[in-house]
Amino acid sequence: MSFLIDNFVELTVTGLVLGAVYGLVALGYTLVYGVLQLINFAHSEVWMFGSFAAVWVTVALGVAPGSALPVVIGVLLLALLAAMTVSGGVALLLERVAYRRLIRLDAPKLVALISAIGASFALAEIMGLRDRVAGWFGLRDTLDPYVRSARDNTRFQNPLETEGVFTVGGYTVSNVDIIIIVSAILMMVALDQFIRRTRTGRGIRAVAQDSEAAALMGVNRNRIIRATFLVGGIMAGAAALLYLMRFGVTRWNAGFLLGVKAFTAAVLGGIGNVRGALLGGFILGLAENYGSALIGSEWRDVVAFLLLVVILLFRPTGLLGESLGRARA
Amino acid sequence: MTEGKASPDTEPASARSMAWGPRLGWDRGALARRVTALPRPVKWALIGLVVVLLYALPLLEIPIVSTPDTDFGGVLFTVASYVLVALGLNIVLGYAGLLDLGYVGFYAIGAYTVAVLGSLQAQLSWWLLIPLAVVLTTISGILLGAPTLRVRGDYLAIVTLGFGEIIRLTALNTEWLGAAKGITGVPRPPSVELFEVPHLKWEGATAVVDLDDTTRFLFFGVADQTPYYWLTLTVIFLVLGADRMLRLSRIGRGWEATREDEDAAELMGVPTFKFKLLAFACGAFIGGLSGALFASRQGFINPESFLLLLSILFVAAVVVGGAGNRWGVILGAVVVAYLPERFRGFEEWRLLVFGLALLLLANFRPQGLIPPRRAKRAQAVDEQLEALEEGTARA
Repeated sequence: MSFLIDNFVELTVTGLVLGAVYGLVALGYTLVYGVLQLINFAHSEVWMFGSFAAVWVTVALGVAPGSALPVVIGVLLLALLAAMTVSGGVALLLERVAYRRLIRLDAPKLVALISAIGASFALAEIMGLRDRVAGWFGLRDTLDPYVRSARDNTRFQNPLETEGVFTVGGYTVSNVDIIIIVSAILMMVALDQFIRRTRTGRGIRAVAQDSEAAALMGVNRNRIIRATFLVGGIMAGAAALLYLMRFGVTRWNAGFLLGVKAFTAAVLGGIGNVRGALLGGFILGLAENYGSALIGSEWRDVVAFLLLVVILLFRPTGLLGESLGRARA
Repeated sequence: MTEGKASPDTEPASARSMAWGPRLGWDRGALARRVTALPRPVKWALIGLVVVLLYALPLLEIPIVSTPDTDFGGVLFTVASYVLVALGLNIVLGYAGLLDLGYVGFYAIGAYTVAVLGSLQAQLSWWLLIPLAVVLTTISGILLGAPTLRVRGDYLAIVTLGFGEIIRLTALNTEWLGAAKGITGVPRPPSVELFEVPHLKWEGATAVVDLDDTTRFLFFGVADQTPYYWLTLTVIFLVLGADRMLRLSRIGRGWEATREDEDAAELMGVPTFKFKLLAFACGAFIGGLSGALFASRQGFINPESFLLLLSILFVAAVVVGGAGNRWGVILGAVVVAYLPERFRGFEEWRLLVFGLALLLLANFRPQGLIPPRRAKRAQAVDEQLEALEEGTARA
C-alpha cells in the first residue's frame, strides 16, 4: 500500500502512457466492430508491422541519439509516416484477404473470426521468418540489419533522448511521456472530428447504424469498410511508434498480448465507441499499474482481466456504451 | 445461403442446396443414404470394423499416415485429446452457440487438480483424482457461467478469454500450485500388464510383424504412449454416446432454440439461461476430463502448457470442422492437431502454413468441412424463400 502512495505520480504517468498506446490500438478494434460487428483479431499484427516499419526507418537513417533537434524531429516524422503507411497497408490487405469474401457472402461472424485468426498467425509468422523470406530472393546479406535474429527482440534506437521536463511528487516527467500522452489525445480528437464532420466519417456512422439503409441512401459500403480498416491501421501505426519511443523493443509475436489488452480497453470503454476506446485505454493502463503496485507486478494481467469482468457484469455494454452509429453529428 | 449468393441465379435453388457433395467429386447424401439403407447387422459390422481399425492404428504404422519425426502413438494421443476437447467445446460453441475463448481454463483446472492433489500437495489415487478433477472443473464452469452468461455475444468471448488467462496466471504466480517451475511426478493411470502387442513394420508395400517393437498392453509408462491413446479413445466413445443422447433430448433442442434466437426461445418457455449454464457445465466437464488425461499422460505440467493460443486452436478445430456437427468437429480436431505434427519436419514453416490453411478454409468452406445437417436444411429453406420473394417481386 505504501508503495502505491510513494510512487503514485510515477504509476499514474506510466499508466497513462501505456493507456494511450492501448487506446490508439483499441481504435482499430472499435471502428471495425462498430461497422462490421466483427472482432478484428489480426489487428494486433497491423500494429506489429507498423512497429517494425518504424524500427527499419531508424536503422536505415542511422541517426545517433543526441543529434540536432531538426534532424531528430525529421527522423521521427519519417518513422511515423512509415509506420502509418505500413500499418494502413497491412490493414487494407487484411480486409481484402481475410474479410472481403466473407462479408460479401454474409458468412457467420465466427467464421470471420477464424479467418482473422489464420491471417494473424500467418502475418506474425512471416515477420518471424523474415530472414528466410529474404533468403529466397538472395537478399539475406544485403538486408542483414533488417532481418537478422528474426525470432528475437528487435531494438528501437530512439533518436530523441529522454529528458526530464518537470518533477511532481518525486517523479520526473520526461519529454517522451508528454509527447505520447498529448499526441494520443490529439489523434483521438482528430479522429473524433473526422468521424463527426467529414463525408467519409458520416458514411462510417451510417454503415454502423444500418448498413442496408446506408446502401440505399447511396453510401458505398465496401468503400466505407476499406476506409474503416485504413483509419484503424493508421492509428495502430502511430501507436506503434509511440510504444517504441517509450518501451524500445518489439518482436514478431509482441502483437498478441498488446492486442488482447487493447481489445479489453475497447470493450471497457464500450466497443464501437471511439471516445470509449481512449477512456478504456487510460483506465486499463492506470488499473494495471495501481493493481500491480498493490499486489505485485506478476498479477498485472490478472488485474486487467478481473477489471474487465467486473465492469462487464455491472455495465454490460462498457463504460460509454456501444454507439459508433449514434455519435451525434 | 453462403453458396447461393456466390453464384446468383445461375442454377435453380434445389441444385444449389445440394452443392456440397459434388464439389468434392461425390454426392455425400447418396453415400450416407446407402450406408443407412444397409441391413442392421452389416451396419454394426462396419462400425465394429472402424472401431477396431481406430484402436489398431498406432500398431499398423501405415507409411504415409504415420509420423516419421515423432512417436506415432504420442501423436495419436495428442490428436485424440484434441478430439475430446473439441467434442466438449462443440457443446458450448456448436450446440448452444456461446463463443468461449477461454476453454483452455477448464483444461488447465482438470490437469492441475490431478497434478496438485496427486503429486504436489497430496498423493491421492488416480481413480479418485479423475472424478475429482471432473467435478471441480464442472463446478468452476458453473461458477464462471452463472455471472457471465448474462453477458451476450462477443463480450462473452472476451470475458471467457480473460478467465482462461486468469487461471493460467494464477497457476504461474502461486507457489502452492507449483508456480512457473510446474509440477512433476503427476500420477499415471495404474497399469495392468497383460501381454505384449507387436507393431507392424513396412518394407515397401509389404507389412512385416516387428517383434522387437512391441507395446505392452495397458502399461502406462513414459516411453510408449499407445496405451494412453487407447484410454482416450475409449473415453471419446463414451462421450460420443452421451453427446448423441443429449443432442437428441429435450436439452439438445433447448440448446438449438437458444442458439438460433434467444428471445424467441425464452418466449416459447425455454429457460435459456439454465440451458446455457448446462452447456457450459457439460463443456467444462469434458474439458476437465481431457485436461486430467493430458496431465496423467504428460507426467509433468507447467503454466506454459495452457497458453491462450491453445484456446484459439480449440475454437479453430470446432469451426473448421463445422460447429454443431460432431463428426465435423472430430475431423476439424484431427486437422488442427495432426497436420502440425505430421509436418514437424518443416518445423519453422508449420505455423505459417497452419495460419494460411485456416484462412483458406474459413474463406472457401465457411460452414466447416462437414456442416451440420440443420445448417444445410436452413440453407435450402433460405434459398426457397429467396426464390419465392424474387418470384413475387417479378410478378
